[in-house]
Amino acid sequence: MTATIDEPGVAASTDGQPALTVRNLWKVFGPRADKIVGSPDADLSRSELLAKTGCTTAVRDVSFDVAPGEVFVVMGLSGSGKSTLVRCLTRLIEPTVGQVTIDGEDVVAMSETRLRELRRHHVSMVFQHFGLLPHRKVIDNVAYGLEVRGVSKSERRSRAQDMVDLVGLSGNENAYPDQLSGGMQQRVGLARALAVDPSVLLFDEPFSALDPLIRRDMQNEVIRLHHEVGKTMVFITHDLAEALKLGDRILIMRDGALVQMGTPAEVVGAPADEYVRDFVSEVPRSHVLNLSWVMRPPRVDESMTGPEMAPNTIVRDAARRVIDSADPVRVVENGQLLGVVDQDDILRVIVAEETPS
Amino acid sequence: MTIELAELEHHLEEAPGHPEERTNRRRWMALGIVLIVWAVLAKLLQGRNTQDLPNAELTGFQQWLSDLFGNVQEAKFNGSLLLQPFVWISDTLNWVVTTLQQIFVSDPDRALDTAQIGWLGVVALVVLVAYALSGVRIAILSLVTILAVGYLGYWEDSIDTLIITGVSVTICVLLGIPLAILMFRSSRASAAITPVLDAMQTMPSFAYLAPFALLFGIGNAGAVMVTLVYALPPLVRITAHALGTVSPTTVEATASMGSTSRQLLAKVQLPMSRRTIIVGLNQTVMAALSMAVIAAFIAGPGLGLPIVRALNALNIGVAFVAGMCLVILAILLDRAAVRAGQRAEMTARSGSSERQRWIVLGVLAVVTLGCIIASRSKLRWSIFPESDIGQQIATRVNDWTKAFTDAAGSLTEWVNDTATVWVLNPLEDLMANSPWWLVALAILAIAALLGGAGHGERARVISGAALCTAAVLAAGYYAAQVPDVAWIPYWLVVAALLAVGSYLGAAEALLPTAVCLTLIFGVGLWQDSMVTLSMTLVATSAVMFFGVVVGTWMGRSHRVDSAVRPVLDLLQTMPSLVYLIPALALFPPGKFLAVAAAVLYASPVAIKIAADGIRSVAPTTIEAAQAIGSNRWQMISKVQLPMSKGSMVLAANQGMLFVLSMVVIGALVGGGSLGYLVITGFSQDGFFGKGLAAGIAITALGIMLDRITVHTAARYGRAERA
Repeated sequence: MTATIDEPGVAASTDGQPALTVRNLWKVFGPRADKIVGSPDADLSRSELLAKTGCTTAVRDVSFDVAPGEVFVVMGLSGSGKSTLVRCLTRLIEPTVGQVTIDGEDVVAMSETRLRELRRHHVSMVFQHFGLLPHRKVIDNVAYGLEVRGVSKSERRSRAQDMVDLVGLSGNENAYPDQLSGGMQQRVGLARALAVDPSVLLFDEPFSALDPLIRRDMQNEVIRLHHEVGKTMVFITHDLAEALKLGDRILIMRDGALVQMGTPAEVVGAPADEYVRDFVSEVPRSHVLNLSWVMRPPRVDESMTGPEMAPNTIVRDAARRVIDSADPVRVVENGQLLGVVDQDDILRVIVAEETPS
Repeated sequence: MTIELAELEHHLEEAPGHPEERTNRRRWMALGIVLIVWAVLAKLLQGRNTQDLPNAELTGFQQWLSDLFGNVQEAKFNGSLLLQPFVWISDTLNWVVTTLQQIFVSDPDRALDTAQIGWLGVVALVVLVAYALSGVRIAILSLVTILAVGYLGYWEDSIDTLIITGVSVTICVLLGIPLAILMFRSSRASAAITPVLDAMQTMPSFAYLAPFALLFGIGNAGAVMVTLVYALPPLVRITAHALGTVSPTTVEATASMGSTSRQLLAKVQLPMSRRTIIVGLNQTVMAALSMAVIAAFIAGPGLGLPIVRALNALNIGVAFVAGMCLVILAILLDRAAVRAGQRAEMTARSGSSERQRWIVLGVLAVVTLGCIIASRSKLRWSIFPESDIGQQIATRVNDWTKAFTDAAGSLTEWVNDTATVWVLNPLEDLMANSPWWLVALAILAIAALLGGAGHGERARVISGAALCTAAVLAAGYYAAQVPDVAWIPYWLVVAALLAVGSYLGAAEALLPTAVCLTLIFGVGLWQDSMVTLSMTLVATSAVMFFGVVVGTWMGRSHRVDSAVRPVLDLLQTMPSLVYLIPALALFPPGKFLAVAAAVLYASPVAIKIAADGIRSVAPTTIEAAQAIGSNRWQMISKVQLPMSKGSMVLAANQGMLFVLSMVVIGALVGGGSLGYLVITGFSQDGFFGKGLAAGIAITALGIMLDRITVHTAARYGRAERA
């Protein structure tokens, strides 16, 4: 396999400075938590640490970069520390140790005032349970961020109306949150986050409280919005399908620590350990892997007249043409032959799914 | 296989070897032994060492308090710098209340007989305000109510009561909301303020009167201050609680948008807790109304005066009419507050019906202005017309009561005599007419057995408890003998014994009980306190009987609940003084009457808590017990009652505090003991000190009963969790 695996910790599209960097971030809850990091106790398991010191490590030495415009997904089961991690990014929870940089500025070192500026202008967040103000109309909920910034009423109303339209809630601007369905409430949460025109959007399991069908709609909505507004997004979820669907890259957490970080294809194609393998075992690999994962060097006797395809074509999308073609498909990038894929290679991926390894 | 295993475990639990079970059984046995020993010794030593103090006598301490009263008055008169703040506050409050009276109350008996606004104007204003705040239905209700109290003959008194209540509630809001915000923001402030609120709520209302009369004088200022103290805690508590329970997600979400803490408070936390804050405000208004009439004992103006006067003269008819005015005012205020809360929510949301409302408001305002001008121009629009409806009703009620006592008097008398002879007197003999040391030791033992003596090392707890007991006995010895020693060092030693006892490990129910008993000995009112305590215990037993029976009935059936609850709500809105009136109609004056009024007053709250306890038993548990085939009685006795034990003890706690505050007010109709001393403290020259001492004793009793039940509840809670 000669897949182009990115170095861990380096953004996918590296055009200069990353939008967000996190270095060696720790969050320990409990008495005298700051003394734990760097001491031998830090290596203890969670239950041992709790028994010995009364502290719990929620985030353990996590580092990553997010490129501008990237959708970066943090995935893990409940209790894995992912929600704590995302709260540390804007210090809704104070990190114990570590460095967080947003747009080149050190968040951990910020003063209260500067931090408030950051929250008002640069980063906004969407919450699992929406966190809307029940006593305000939709439009005033959306305008809240502009209001605390001190924007005049007419200006923030018109901006908020644009956002309400953008998330598809036109006509509901004068409703109250409790008159809306869960999915619509989360659209309000989304509009509220977008209204301040942030450079980074944080999502904390935004769709976990929604019905499966609504959830799918909302995921598509996020994809659409990402195309339209192109924000950097950090997306927390416990749902692997959601992570694979939305993420440019995925960070998998377990017990507060980073287990694996990579593109969806890397996570599915090359699980870092048993834990991840177990996680991704149910995923249809053909929906995630692209041709660069299944291609092989051409054999000498092979025909070189088959159709050309790009290496990032998903297996599922390529399958019909590969199977229809009598000759192996050539995987070509920038005019250079990377490898070939024939019917056997494709079938191996699709059939392997039905007989779990 | 699994069934066998479960059975095995069940047997293990039932086995006498189970530690929790064993200590429980031991505790109950010890309690039984204490009671038997107490009863036998009390019988043998009946009437000895009872520390009885004739009503006309004062101990040295009480004399000192009486002198203090005189000295404080004199110092105020001479402009003592230390008392200046109190003088300033009472002058301000007096000025505010007098000014409002001059604006609103036209009273032919007063020097300035016509007010700025005559009755017609006042009626129009009340309707306008009611409409603006609570809508058209409350506006009509307010019109009917305010005219009714006028035609019943209590116009001036009712407006006075509304003024005292209004001024107190306004101050409550101005002080209470910032205080609640402070408590919510700073855990240190919360830790400092909470015990003060606890004390304010545990103190029976009668106990406030004397100290506030001392500091702020009798009359308007004193009335506003006692009302304020009594009404403030619910608002502060509920507001702080409401702020603390605003959805954390919303707070986090708005914080993540970069809100300052002030923006968070003004735009998120206060608006989101508005509904709960209005509930607190409602409770504060009702408490203020209830206390504003009790303030009649320190010459506060209002409806309390005619009620107290009529009760004193045993004139049920007049008391009934004045009490009825009070009750309909209470209902009006309660309804108006509830409706205002709902309305605030609605008007914030609806935009369209607003215009119509403004038009009506404008018309009403013009009409009101016309009424005010009219009421200033003609005497008959200014002074409420004479009407004898009230007197007619009073006469009729007196006739009915007489007819009733003639017909059923033998029955109620029999109830009265039986309860007095068989329950009240024996208990009084046990507690008040047996040696003080025996009763004190018994109370300490019961407190320790029920509520615990402390935790930690056994030896330390025992020695701490011993020191506390020694302190109580030393205090009682001093009160009984007044030994020839300087009193300051003596009491310092007693205090030191308590302090060391607490340092060593005496805690839980024992320590506060010891402190309170010491206080009661210290103020020299042991026997009276024990009489009051015995009445309180009898009434509380009755309250708990009703609480458990009716509470279980309500808790098990939604239909019963929805039928009974409104009645209980109505009973709870009634000011405490009103409860004496029906009791007086039924029973001859005396201790039993006070007990009966206390039972009436305290039952609703106990029933509600008990019902909520039964209701809160998990439905899955009920379902499981049903599936196993429990019948109704088994369900009640084996599942629902045991699982709501904590609520039952809480019901007893609340019931007991309500009973205590009513038992002392019952002195007005022959209840005697501590309440009687409080009343004579205000009415007889030179007895102020004894009244103040009685107030301290009442407070001590209240705190003692509260601590014992709270710690008992905590123990049960622990047993339930274990």
